[in-house]
Amino acid sequence: MTIKELDQVVVRFSGDSGDGMQLAGNIFSTVSATVGNSISTFPDYPADIRAPQGSLTGVSGFQVHIGAGQVYTPGDKCDVLVAMNAAALKTQLKFAKKDATIIIDTDAFQKADLEKAAFKTDDPLLELGVDPDRVIACPLTQMVKDALADSGMDSKSVLKCRNMFALGLVCWLFSRDLEIAFNYLRDKFAKKPGLAQANIKVIQAGYDYGHNTHSSAANVYRIESKVKEPGRYMDITGNKATAYGFIAAAEKAGLKLYLGSYPITPATDVLHELSKHKSLGVTTVQCEDEIAGCASSVGASFAGTLAVTSTSGPGICLKSEAMNLAVIMELPLVVLDVQRGGPATGLPTKSEQTDLLQVLFGRNGESPMPVIAATSPVDCFDAAYQASKIALEHMTPVVLLTDAFVANGSAAFKLPDLADYPAINPPYVPEELKGKWTPYMRAENGTRYWAVPGREGFCHILGGLEKDNQTGAISTAPENHDLMTRLRKQKIDNIQVPDLEVLGDKDDADLLIVGFGGTYGHLRAAMDEMRAAGKKVAMAHFKFINPLPANTSEVLKKYSKVVVAEQNMGQLASFLRMKVDGFVPYQFNQVKGQPFVVSELVSAFEEILKK
Amino acid sequence: MSEYTAQDFKKGQPRWCPGCGDHFFLASLHKAMAEIGVAPHNTAVISGIGCSSRLPHYMATYGMNTIHGRAAAIATGCKVANPDLTVWQISGDGDGLAIGGNHFIHANRRNINLNMILLNNRIYGLTKGQYSPTSPRGFVSKSSPYGTVEDPFRPAELCFGARGHFFARAVATDAPGTVDILKAAYNHKGASVCEILQNCVIFNNGTHDAVYNKEGRAKNAIYVKHGEPLVFGENSEYGLVQEGFGLKVVKIGENGITLKDILVHDAHCQDNTLQLKLALMGDGDGFPVALGVIRDVDAPTYDDAVTAQIEEVKAAKKYHSFSELLETNDIWEVK
Repeated sequence: MTIKELDQVVVRFSGDSGDGMQLAGNIFSTVSATVGNSISTFPDYPADIRAPQGSLTGVSGFQVHIGAGQVYTPGDKCDVLVAMNAAALKTQLKFAKKDATIIIDTDAFQKADLEKAAFKTDDPLLELGVDPDRVIACPLTQMVKDALADSGMDSKSVLKCRNMFALGLVCWLFSRDLEIAFNYLRDKFAKKPGLAQANIKVIQAGYDYGHNTHSSAANVYRIESKVKEPGRYMDITGNKATAYGFIAAAEKAGLKLYLGSYPITPATDVLHELSKHKSLGVTTVQCEDEIAGCASSVGASFAGTLAVTSTSGPGICLKSEAMNLAVIMELPLVVLDVQRGGPATGLPTKSEQTDLLQVLFGRNGESPMPVIAATSPVDCFDAAYQASKIALEHMTPVVLLTDAFVANGSAAFKLPDLADYPAINPPYVPEELKGKWTPYMRAENGTRYWAVPGREGFCHILGGLEKDNQTGAISTAPENHDLMTRLRKQKIDNIQVPDLEVLGDKDDADLLIVGFGGTYGHLRAAMDEMRAAGKKVAMAHFKFINPLPANTSEVLKKYSKVVVAEQNMGQLASFLRMKVDGFVPYQFNQVKGQPFVVSELVSAFEEILKK
Repeated sequence: MSEYTAQDFKKGQPRWCPGCGDHFFLASLHKAMAEIGVAPHNTAVISGIGCSSRLPHYMATYGMNTIHGRAAAIATGCKVANPDLTVWQISGDGDGLAIGGNHFIHANRRNINLNMILLNNRIYGLTKGQYSPTSPRGFVSKSSPYGTVEDPFRPAELCFGARGHFFARAVATDAPGTVDILKAAYNHKGASVCEILQNCVIFNNGTHDAVYNKEGRAKNAIYVKHGEPLVFGENSEYGLVQEGFGLKVVKIGENGITLKDILVHDAHCQDNTLQLKLALMGDGDGFPVALGVIRDVDAPTYDDAVTAQIEEVKAAKKYHSFSELLETNDIWEVK
């Protein structure tokens, strides 16, 4: 056995949906983050709720990338694969590097298990071509039973602790301090100390097993943190960060937060999260359908709240008309689209960036709407805050795009201080306009004033019909409609967004990599890898898509080669070509429902450099 | 006493066809609001799309004339977000029961404290004369030149099926009857459905002829009042009695029937069986059309429950700000 010092490592926990792989993965990432490692995680769920136990379709995975320096993605392939049963090994092996260490529970590789996993022989390792020397084959189930023999727990509860044994083994492999994991469990099961103690016992057993057997297959690794940004941290998923961003924005604006929603994968966790926080005055209404989710939010916005509706692509189709109502009534609204694979029901649990053109253009009439795309799990917080700020200050619906990848992925989140965030000042109609005010009077930046019901002297009627710019009455006058259309567009164009930042070799890059939203980490990792290999590469990533940053054209035209890489068939590239005269980029498009693979990006970009 | 007059709620010049039932209803709504006495600035009138959904434009209150079918959903968000507002939701039979049918039933099921007005002329007017979900089977219209081959909704049945707690009916031309049910709807806490029978002079003229004028109502309608016997007729000579599983019309004074034998209306009865029978009368079945408050039963409202739950959780939980929320997580420190 040797101790290897590593810069980064990728671990993938896999097992049956009910095996608790997400929890084991979460604890391992928290333990790693606590010692100052950078982390990025990605859960990979099956679409079925509970496929038959041990079956190929029921395998659930959780991948975590930990690094001594900054890591931007959950990693392409793993260095350590935990396979809790035969089906997990069979389906997950493709995510393992050639020389990866593989941990298996031999008790879950019996004849019946092999049959369920459709192995043809009784030697799964040989059949899959896995070198037995890199496998830690452990009678894990039996060891868990032994460890808990005196616990008085029933056998079902005992088996539920298998994940903790695997966690203990992995902790040993990476020389992790078990005390941190123990504290996590004591906290999590504060009300069930017996359960916490059982889990702790099993983790220790897993750790000791690794330590005592000195398995020849394994190296023991150390990942010493190199860059530490001091501060207090928590682990956060993109969906939770999004919910937190809305809560923070509402508090900053001094408004009640209202969410009208309908359950839909992968956005539902935002509804779950916000529903918990009634002590902050958050009101959530689980509506009868997607349409009502958006429509009730429009009503709540009219009534003077920060109104949000959350959904995924199919829900956007249904919400479009009510979103348009908010456009013409000029009311604030945030529409969260956690993108998933489409079209129609598509790939509900998988990730894509295929809704961009839909949210930009998928409504009748001239319907300008700001679009913001979160770039990482942690960035969801800032993106949700910014989306709320723009909606409230510019009296407009705003689309916040995330995707299944950033929504379910997690990373260490440095606790924000709200005092550091910009103020949110909705354009409430000034009291001195009483008696003179009409609903479409505008502030200097072209924004309509907000008069919230309950205020005396500002009664008014809004609606989906075009209104007269001066009186606010229904109008079909040709000149007025043309004017109102322009005013609504101008209002959105006037929104100030930060300039596009160029990373890498910004002065002399031979290739500029362009992307948007959730692919930031993969594109960044690809750029870093190419630069480390001596290539001149830069990167510009869009978070604000409508309106585009003011320097967009300047940046895109500066480099001889530009590649737009996105998880769709070229939607951002099309939009940029429409907005920037003469812009003809290379494109990298992949729609597999899976995150980009950094090595594939690098080879594709190198090909472009050769052209 | 209210400090308002109908004038305080009026705005603009309605643009409905001369003789349209909407004119009559609007005048009654102004009058009812004045008598109720909630300030215009604490009142929101929210409609969908259709002829009748133009109504908010003629109100000096807050309001929205929104998109087709979504009035109940939008009103739901408005009321839940600000329970202090008095919210009136205005829909026609197409807006409320066809495209908006889902929101209609769920607003009733949740029991949102909304005053839900259903202006029923049994026709699509704004799109110029197609049959609606309340048009009778066989109804001939531009989109059913050979007659419809489908049965209509009966609004009360839909309301009751969705566990609605309030249902009332009035004829648009009957101002006192309309004002009465609007005030009752306001006073009822929870979703209050008021079906207004109104005429479309252009595309469905005469659809409610049997009860549209005073004389017709004297003969063909029954005004139901909680706690009073169910009698009707020009000289109150008829009454309703229960027979088997159904109702029966009897003549008082004949066959030994006296006023004491007549069924007494109970709008507060939890069991809606007899209320439904009243509500469904008058469909060419020899029974009179029931007008007035047919069902009015107390039940917890959604908006009150939402507010109460928030207060309860506020008292129980220790975090009340964003920074306190952060502290509820597993936190580690990097030094």
